[in-house]
Amino acid sequence: MKPNTIAIVGAAETTRLGVIPELSTLGLNVDCAMNALEDAGLKPKDIDGIATAGEHPWNVAASLGITPKWVDGTSVGGCSYFLHVRHAAAAIAAGYCDTVLVTHGESGRSQVAPPRYGANPANFLGQFEMPYGIAAPVTQFTVPVLRFLKDTGTTQEDLARVAVVQREWAAMNPRATLKAPITIDDVMNSPMIAYPFRKLMCCLVTDGGGALILTRADRGKDFPTKPVYIMGSGEAVENPTISMMADFTSSASFRVSGKAAFESAGIRHADVDHLMIYDAFAHVPLYGLEDLGFCKRGEAKDFLRERRSAPGGELPMNTNGGGLSYMHSGMYGMYALQESVRQMRGTAAAQVADAKISVCHGVGNMFSAAGTFVFTNEL
Amino acid sequence: MTILRTVLPQPTPETQHYWDGCAQSELRLQRCRACAQAYFPPRPVCPSCAARDIEIFAASGRATLHSYIINQRPRPDMGKDPHSIAVVLLEEGPKMMTNIIDCPQTPEALILDMPVEVVFIRQNDAITLPFFRPAQG
Ligand SMILES: [Zn+2]
Repeated sequence: MKPNTIAIVGAAETTRLGVIPELSTLGLNVDCAMNALEDAGLKPKDIDGIATAGEHPWNVAASLGITPKWVDGTSVGGCSYFLHVRHAAAAIAAGYCDTVLVTHGESGRSQVAPPRYGANPANFLGQFEMPYGIAAPVTQFTVPVLRFLKDTGTTQEDLARVAVVQREWAAMNPRATLKAPITIDDVMNSPMIAYPFRKLMCCLVTDGGGALILTRADRGKDFPTKPVYIMGSGEAVENPTISMMADFTSSASFRVSGKAAFESAGIRHADVDHLMIYDAFAHVPLYGLEDLGFCKRGEAKDFLRERRSAPGGELPMNTNGGGLSYMHSGMYGMYALQESVRQMRGTAAAQVADAKISVCHGVGNMFSAAGTFVFTNEL
Repeated sequence: MTILRTVLPQPTPETQHYWDGCAQSELRLQRCRACAQAYFPPRPVCPSCAARDIEIFAASGRATLHSYIINQRPRPDMGKDPHSIAVVLLEEGPKMMTNIIDCPQTPEALILDMPVEVVFIRQNDAITLPFFRPAQG
């Protein structure tokens, strides 16, 4: 697709983030959808395409009284919304629809009417991993990290530093769940969850949602907010289970998705002003920095040590505080996208001055899936 | 050593040979006759070259500890004590998830790249699971 032909013209999160027991999973989807429609100055009848994951697209459509002529329920974990936006952009370019609403709502903490995912003892996971005690993502996503640490000379304190720096960003964000400053010692002294991962290296578990509205870029000026253009994008899947990840120190899905995004945008890494890398756990941004090409192999730790992604650094990363400090409902990808849109609109809590290009990278299902965007606010 | 799991695999036609092998204390891998690549878990087509001419062979059972975590909050059916969830690198090349048994479940005892060997533990008439322990020979 040609760069900058599709724009995000509506973006909003749920009215509140954190603990929201008064809304179901579907209710969270509807709340953020209504907020995004208001942000764009649109009514549900203006939407002719719907995409969501976790909740079923027809439930969201019916709740808004829409009969969409394009739908996407791609479900590849926390980056599903990246793929929805990318597929929606292609669908709009193909003329299948004009105005697409992508929603995410997840009752991660309160568990009000959550989706139910049944274990399947016959699939790769069920046959070759479940018998060994894997459960929540903290027992799967984390498994490759000791290999990464040893092969790249990265330390557990470097993992802790990711959490510390992101808390610095969160401190500037009134909507962040955790804002109090922390030190590397604080992280290293927090309870062990799954060695070597300690509590403060793991994401939050909260309730919330977010929605985006996309349309053709030539309509971008018809909306009340500054349009955010899709300059480039990528997606990929690799391993169905964590043990099937080909290289425990590098994600093939990250590399494929990132390369496609940079090539389709026609930019170099030095052009990037702002970066989001989905941080379900503290190691993921380190993999992302290397696999997307911002750092050479083994040098992501130095990037953090030199504070190049921290406030005041050359490449502000995870400026909302990330999944570690801002919020994490389970499928966090939507919040990374929301922060990139805010940065491109110039409305972020920790706004990067004069930011013109934002790269946003999502991960799904323990390195299984990836989605990457290059956004810009300039044509 | 008796380790009984309640969450057990359900073999499929494509994986039955592997579980039959485990029941006979044999770690059966697949190898592509076209490109000689050994691979796991079982799939009917070679993931390297897409050939369908696949043979089954018994692996040595020797491996190294490739990566792991120590889960401090075991799943309810896994007991109360912290335990390893590990991935070993088999001598023949493929990786495999397992638990490292017969050794303390501590970072001091679980050294990356240490040699480990397979040990089969029968779960029921249909399923025997492979585990790994520090190499003894
Ligand atoms: Zn082959």
